[in-house]
Amino acid sequence: MVVFILRRLVLLIPILFGVSILTFVVSHVVPGDPARLIAGPHATAAEVAVVRHAYGLDRPLWQQYVTYIGDLLHGNLGISLHTQRPVRDDLSSFLPATIELTAAAMLITIALGIPLGILAALTRNNWPDAVVRLFSTLGVSVPVFWLALVAQLVLYDFLGWFPAGGRLDTTLQPPPHITGMYTIDSLLAGNGPLLANSLWHLALPAIVLSLGSLAVVIRMMRGSMLEVLRQDYIRTASAKGLGERLIIWRHAFRNALLPTITVAGLQTGYLLGGAILVEAVFSWSGIGLYTVQSIFTSDYNAVMGVTLMIAALFILVNLLVDVLYAIVDPRIHLG
Amino acid sequence: METAALAGPPIDEEELLTAPPPRLARAGAFLVRSPLTILGIIIVIGTLVAAIFGTWLAPHNPNIPDYSALLASPSAAHPFGTDELGRDILSRVLSGAKYSMIVSLCVLTIGVVVGATIGLIAGYFGGVVDEVLMRLTDIFLAFPALVLAIAIASTLGAGVVTTIIALGIVWWPWYARLVRGQVLAIREMAYVEAARVIGTRTPRMLVSHILPETLAPIVIQLSLDVGYAILASSSLSFIGLGAQPPTPEWGAMISDAQTYLRDGWWTATFPGVAIMVTALGFNLLGDGLRDFLDPRLS
Repeated sequence: MVVFILRRLVLLIPILFGVSILTFVVSHVVPGDPARLIAGPHATAAEVAVVRHAYGLDRPLWQQYVTYIGDLLHGNLGISLHTQRPVRDDLSSFLPATIELTAAAMLITIALGIPLGILAALTRNNWPDAVVRLFSTLGVSVPVFWLALVAQLVLYDFLGWFPAGGRLDTTLQPPPHITGMYTIDSLLAGNGPLLANSLWHLALPAIVLSLGSLAVVIRMMRGSMLEVLRQDYIRTASAKGLGERLIIWRHAFRNALLPTITVAGLQTGYLLGGAILVEAVFSWSGIGLYTVQSIFTSDYNAVMGVTLMIAALFILVNLLVDVLYAIVDPRIHLG
Repeated sequence: METAALAGPPIDEEELLTAPPPRLARAGAFLVRSPLTILGIIIVIGTLVAAIFGTWLAPHNPNIPDYSALLASPSAAHPFGTDELGRDILSRVLSGAKYSMIVSLCVLTIGVVVGATIGLIAGYFGGVVDEVLMRLTDIFLAFPALVLAIAIASTLGAGVVTTIIALGIVWWPWYARLVRGQVLAIREMAYVEAARVIGTRTPRMLVSHILPETLAPIVIQLSLDVGYAILASSSLSFIGLGAQPPTPEWGAMISDAQTYLRDGWWTATFPGVAIMVTALGFNLLGDGLRDFLDPRLS
């Protein structure tokens, strides 16, 4: 297992290298004139020239890349224009909130998606299947930022069942910082009321964020379950007189789960993208809200920092999925 | 399939001449059993009509404010109400269809042209070419699509063209993978071998023998991707990177309406419903196409 993980880590090196080149190209080559972008729209030509020299933008591209990668390896992502703090510090203070939200949404996706997918497969072309399929088609069609606004309007403004946004009531102090995720920190601190309050704030954004992925996972689980159920070995199991329940859970479920795991891992990408939109609506102070504020203030370093951070997170999740896959599927050799 | 036809009853020439072509007949039979696909087709046609004739169908000018009817709730004069400047929301939703359609069309065209070309070359030539192109594809896929699109769009500066470029750049790798996978299987087929033996040149081989075989999965994927493209482009507009006000683009309208939502629920609701219904229509059509062209998957 260790060798398998190490090998996967080595394979990541070219990907990470490529990711750094791509973000370099996006941030240094694509814009007409990064110096003008940094200096701002009202700067004079002389001011732009000063900025160009100060940032080393008058040097050859390869030299700029060397500087860029050197900074990255030192965790130096530049200064954020709108917070006036190093982007690295901003990211580390906002990231836990985003991980909390995304992980909660993923939990909902898996906890509901797999059973609903199986239900749909087992009741194929019957009414539960029709309801689940309709829901999953709607789920991939609804714009998540709009759903967030509607949920807020109905469940907060009209019904008052959920808070408008934020991570805690403004009257409450956040729990002592351990992970930065309020639910986990208040649990660790043994503070029940705080845990309840943070969960209450987390629920609506997490549910809204999860719906798109939930729809995809349901479809995948339904499809792969149906695919597995028509395999010969299922017919064999059925022919030798095994009960339906045993066939479904012991023989079909585990095999049908494999493609769903991969898809669920890839859904993390959609969740991280969707989190940007959902955080903006619910004022959830994670890197998504930070991104949207950075876009409004043309805070370039911040946007690129977030992009790199999220790519790294996504790559890590996919690595975990690979490992998980290898554990679930004994046919994959770990050597 | 062919052998079954050979073993069947003798062909009635009369019937052959009068009956619709088999594919069309099969499509007809399929549609009768699939009301959701019909619903999808109706929605798609409706959206296309709105995209082409929306500006003429609109009861009011979508951009002219009416200060006597600010944030008016839905009524006979304004079925979807008016926004904070008194502009008729129904007219804006109708005029907005063309932005969604044009952006998705351009994004998917870039995606499919670039992606299919790269996938075709990688799959057909294999070896080092394949390795290099696929690693390149992996790098793009290492980013969550929306996040990379946001990064690109924020460097390029907001706008409709920016949205198209940013989404086009994040879209092609999916088609590169899809087409490469197809080509890997196709190039081992006997007819490709036969074409190679008789000395068919590579460009002709790729374009006339291999590409056509990859079309069905591409078409299925395209029809399913229109919905995603609409959602992605409206997301970029929502966070201020896409179409700019006063353009009646659906995502931008919702972004505008955020501030006034509490004074008028209709301001954000109807553009959102428009996005959802349009995406739903294309998804239903896509599902139908997939079931029809590749029944194994249904």
